[in-house]
Amino acid sequence: MQTDQQTRATVWPDQIFDVLKEADISQVAYVPDAGHAKLINRCQAEKSMRTVSLTTEEEGVAMLAGSWMGGAKGVLLMQSSGVGNCINMLSMFEECRLPLLMIVTMRGVWGEFNPWQVAMGGSTAAALENAGVIVHSVDRAEDVRETVHACTALAFNTQRPVAVLIQQRVIGFKNWSK
Amino acid sequence: MAAKKSAGLDRRKVVAALLAERGDALVVTGLGSPTYDTFAAGDHDLNFYLWGGMGGAAMVGLGLALAQPKRRVLVITGDGEMLMGLGSLATIAVEAPKNLAIAVIDNGHYGETGMQRAHTGRGVDIAGMAKAAGFKSAKTVNTASDLKEWIAAFHRKPGPVFGDIKVSAEPAPMALPVRDGTAIKYRFRTALLGADAQK
Repeated sequence: MQTDQQTRATVWPDQIFDVLKEADISQVAYVPDAGHAKLINRCQAEKSMRTVSLTTEEEGVAMLAGSWMGGAKGVLLMQSSGVGNCINMLSMFEECRLPLLMIVTMRGVWGEFNPWQVAMGGSTAAALENAGVIVHSVDRAEDVRETVHACTALAFNTQRPVAVLIQQRVIGFKNWSK
Repeated sequence: MAAKKSAGLDRRKVVAALLAERGDALVVTGLGSPTYDTFAAGDHDLNFYLWGGMGGAAMVGLGLALAQPKRRVLVITGDGEMLMGLGSLATIAVEAPKNLAIAVIDNGHYGETGMQRAHTGRGVDIAGMAKAAGFKSAKTVNTASDLKEWIAAFHRKPGPVFGDIKVSAEPAPMALPVRDGTAIKYRFRTALLGADAQK
């Protein structure tokens, strides 16, 4: 039997997928993160979505500028450590007032094992906000669906860059013992 | 060395020749001289002039090419700009968009910042890198006859196509397109999408 907490832990990536599909997101750019593994798999299996694996997160920022210019909607999936890689490319969104939906799984802030994640995890929200991105953070699994839905609407209806930070408390501990 | 700088093709003539038969293609320009060269060849509603986002031009082209698979997407950028986004050559090669072609206007220097030499001017072969990444077609273009032949590939060969076009480092006359990003965006999207641009 799964506990309620385990059930919530497994359904939120499916809920994000449903929100993205309903919003006609057709391009999914990502740098892999364990927290996004299930969502990436769902998107790869979906015919209406083109998944694009990136070598660095800023590629996805630039790509999604092109997507919107071409009339398509996309999403960027990444880990908090990649936010620092995006900063200058985000200036394109500020200057052109382009929509961007980023879904960022957090590292370095809660139950972290790797001390090298702490610096970027601690500055993720501030770095995004300084770059002109609207940031909403989710630290309970039951709030994921509503927050991603609201941020998707905000990004594409108002043509603004928006990031959802999925906190480590939602994702769960990474098991380093195996 | 002045003599070395004057070797190579004339960048304005190259870009004008690249765009002479653009048809209904969508054009993305990398910041700096390629943006000016493209404007000097004739302003066009379907030019997305980048004035920033260095390293991102090819990836903007990929997003556009995936969104508009029936249209040819042409990226015209500089060697320094392309060097900053080398990983995108791997990403684009893996995605293999048939409708994307990239022209690097390669003067071997950083022209906007005081003509410092770039790696491309010191032996780095970016067409070779594109080829090794898996581009269907990648070529270094050195002469006017190479260029004439390559222009056909730029417009018609199944992509992704890559050309590193060696041009002179002589500066070209000032030619500056619209800078306001939202104005560029609305002009481009309205020309491409019509009323849907406002949705």
